[in-house]
Amino acid sequence: MSSRFRVSVAAIAVAAIALCACNREEHHSRAKPIGETIPTSQSPATIFPGNGTPPPLDPRAALYDNNANAIGQGQQLFSMMNCVGCHSHGGGGMGPALSDDEWRYGGRIDQIAASIADGRPNGMPSWRGKLTADQIWDLAAYVRSLSGLPSKDAVSSRSESMSAGTPSTLTPHGEIKNSDAAQQ
Amino acid sequence: MRRVATALLGVGALVACASVTACNKSQQSQSSAPVITAPIVGGPHALPPAAAAPADDGNWTMPGKNYASTRFSALSQITPANVSKLALAFTFSTGTTKGFEAPPLVVNGTMYVITPFPNYLFALDLTKPGAPTKWEFKPKPAAASQGVACCDVVNRGAVYDNGKIFFNTLDGQTFAVDANSGQMVWHTQLGDIQKGETITMAPLVADGKVLVGDSGGEMGVRGWIAALDEGSGKVVWKAYNTGPDKDVLIGANFHPFYASDRGKDLGVKTWPPDAWKIGGATVWGWISYDPETKLIYYGTSNPGPWNPDQRPGDNKWSSGIFARNVDTGQAAWYYQSSPHDLFDHDDVNEIILADIPWGNGRRPVLLRPDRNGFFYVMDRRTGQVLSATPYGYINVYKGVDLKSGRIIPNPDKSPKPGRVTRDICPASPGAKDWNPAAFSPVTGLVYIPHINLCQDEGHMEANYISGTPYVGADVKMYAGPGGNRGVFTAWDPIHRRPVWEIKEDLPLWSPALVTAGNVVFYGTMDGWFKAVDARNGKLLWQFKAGSGIIGQPISYRGPDGRQYIAVICGVGGWAGAIVDANMDPHDPTGALGFANAVKDLPLKTTAGGILYVFTLPR
Repeated sequence: MSSRFRVSVAAIAVAAIALCACNREEHHSRAKPIGETIPTSQSPATIFPGNGTPPPLDPRAALYDNNANAIGQGQQLFSMMNCVGCHSHGGGGMGPALSDDEWRYGGRIDQIAASIADGRPNGMPSWRGKLTADQIWDLAAYVRSLSGLPSKDAVSSRSESMSAGTPSTLTPHGEIKNSDAAQQ
Repeated sequence: MRRVATALLGVGALVACASVTACNKSQQSQSSAPVITAPIVGGPHALPPAAAAPADDGNWTMPGKNYASTRFSALSQITPANVSKLALAFTFSTGTTKGFEAPPLVVNGTMYVITPFPNYLFALDLTKPGAPTKWEFKPKPAAASQGVACCDVVNRGAVYDNGKIFFNTLDGQTFAVDANSGQMVWHTQLGDIQKGETITMAPLVADGKVLVGDSGGEMGVRGWIAALDEGSGKVVWKAYNTGPDKDVLIGANFHPFYASDRGKDLGVKTWPPDAWKIGGATVWGWISYDPETKLIYYGTSNPGPWNPDQRPGDNKWSSGIFARNVDTGQAAWYYQSSPHDLFDHDDVNEIILADIPWGNGRRPVLLRPDRNGFFYVMDRRTGQVLSATPYGYINVYKGVDLKSGRIIPNPDKSPKPGRVTRDICPASPGAKDWNPAAFSPVTGLVYIPHINLCQDEGHMEANYISGTPYVGADVKMYAGPGGNRGVFTAWDPIHRRPVWEIKEDLPLWSPALVTAGNVVFYGTMDGWFKAVDARNGKLLWQFKAGSGIIGQPISYRGPDGRQYIAVICGVGGWAGAIVDANMDPHDPTGALGFANAVKDLPLKTTAGGILYVFTLPR
């Protein structure tokens, strides 16, 4: 094995790592600028009279969908803006589950962004004007990641949920004081 | 004595295991045979005060049955000897699929049914075969209110008085509807969903006033109770449960029993600056009333947020009981069951009025299976705690100090910043949540449907954004010791011990009913409607409903003179949201951590509010 071959293998490996890193970490600030827009409310799975064609995907979607940075930013916002209080860590509660594969108002990232921006009639608040367009897209990217739709390498490996340790409620316990005025 | 009881409970657990295995095979409901832990003692026992629990006229006009909140029917045609013959009389689909916590009402041959959101009110004609609908009233609450209701979009009941039906809507309104015609008489907007306020409680009508309180202790609201004029709907008085004394209606007549509740503006001083403005202490549970003293009794909810580090202090007047004058709203006394609540141990559970043997006479008391796991007996004139006895498994408190009135926390279980506290027992829904017990003056026992859950809990800083949750806690619940998630306990309030207990596999989220025929009724979250013997807990009859039962059974005398039993199924509520809100069971923190405890429920039941009415064959 010549040393030249070894060098080229190393170069390819470095290039491959760099490439992967680029795919994972590409920051949208480096992309060519597109206007700061939030998609307008559009119903996803509805009837489009005439030719049945839904509107094209918002051009900004590609900058956020599957983007690890956007998903990471969205994950922070999801807690800070109290999304977690209603949707839990995706399982739902006051609000619907986000980690399943049911999307009342569409699971495309621009449709999710529209739901966040304009709210939905059964209690989803409208965040337009409270969050920037960029933040809304970040949140949409994270919400989409809860359902496992984006590729695994874009999603944080650190779960926000509690660890699923075995409860130890069967351990013995001490006596509890019995308070009774009649006996005192 | 407690040790003996614990040992007997241990035997009970073994019996429960054997029984559950057997039940699995036959696809029957999973509950244990009752474990009798003590004899019913003869002699004088607790009785409801006559003024608050008048003679039974066969109607059922308020969820608690009467002002004493006994949930006791004096009808006695149905007995342990014949209840096995109980058969369906009629059914009615409410067209709703959310958690159904409300009881039907019966007034002189008409049944009234209030549904969860969208809060339909139906009147059914009991004088005709099949009980056809006389009228229906649709209040059309704002759909967005569903997004600020913490624990399903439930309604806990309507109330009848003086020709009108009164009820609350999720979006914060109180309605009065003519009971004969179904026409609206008045409505009053009380809550503001933009601030996270909803109303889920059943109003109480007393002394010409409709008493209403808000929900939203998980949304950073400021809790209150209001009295509306029964005729006009105008607000007569409104008392906040946090803030300065003038807002709380604390004045010269306020005489709390314990020193820690005395002082000026404690509703401000026991909070960090301004935290009382978003501190919860709502009134989403039950109100009782003593006509002799004109005092109403109600409990306040948890303080907000759940994360206790954000609200150092006792957080008055959260997680406690107020006694107020019904005419003026002025506070008479207050007792805080859980000062500086650490675990979402609201204090909203039902308050049963009773007069118990004391010395040579009787003492007017409150009986209360509290969320924190203690069964309280309190003097209802003064707020003095006479006894506080655990009726479920508790490890987060060591007892209640009767000198100071304060509960004694277990420091090992006090949450610390940045770490998860494990094996918190009871869990946030307590040893028992909202679903009320029934009290029989025949046996003197309190029949408590309750739960056996523990939890892990971690905290993070909660940001207050109006109209969104204000919680700051991650919770994961699971079964407590023994593995059974529900318990039905017949409790002797005089000797402070269980007389018998039934272990149930699923958490019990339905209220109880007890009758003079000595039959107790309750439902399970997988849809079994059960009749057990009030004296020994023996299962006498059961019926499988179309959905899990979290609603309250009632008993009434029909136009034909027969005794009827009615219950509405419809799984949901905090405990059943995993089913009716179609949640993803993979997230242990779903529904504020309850989802983890009932991951199996979606396979055991589906949603749907259906009324079932039973009677004995002719």
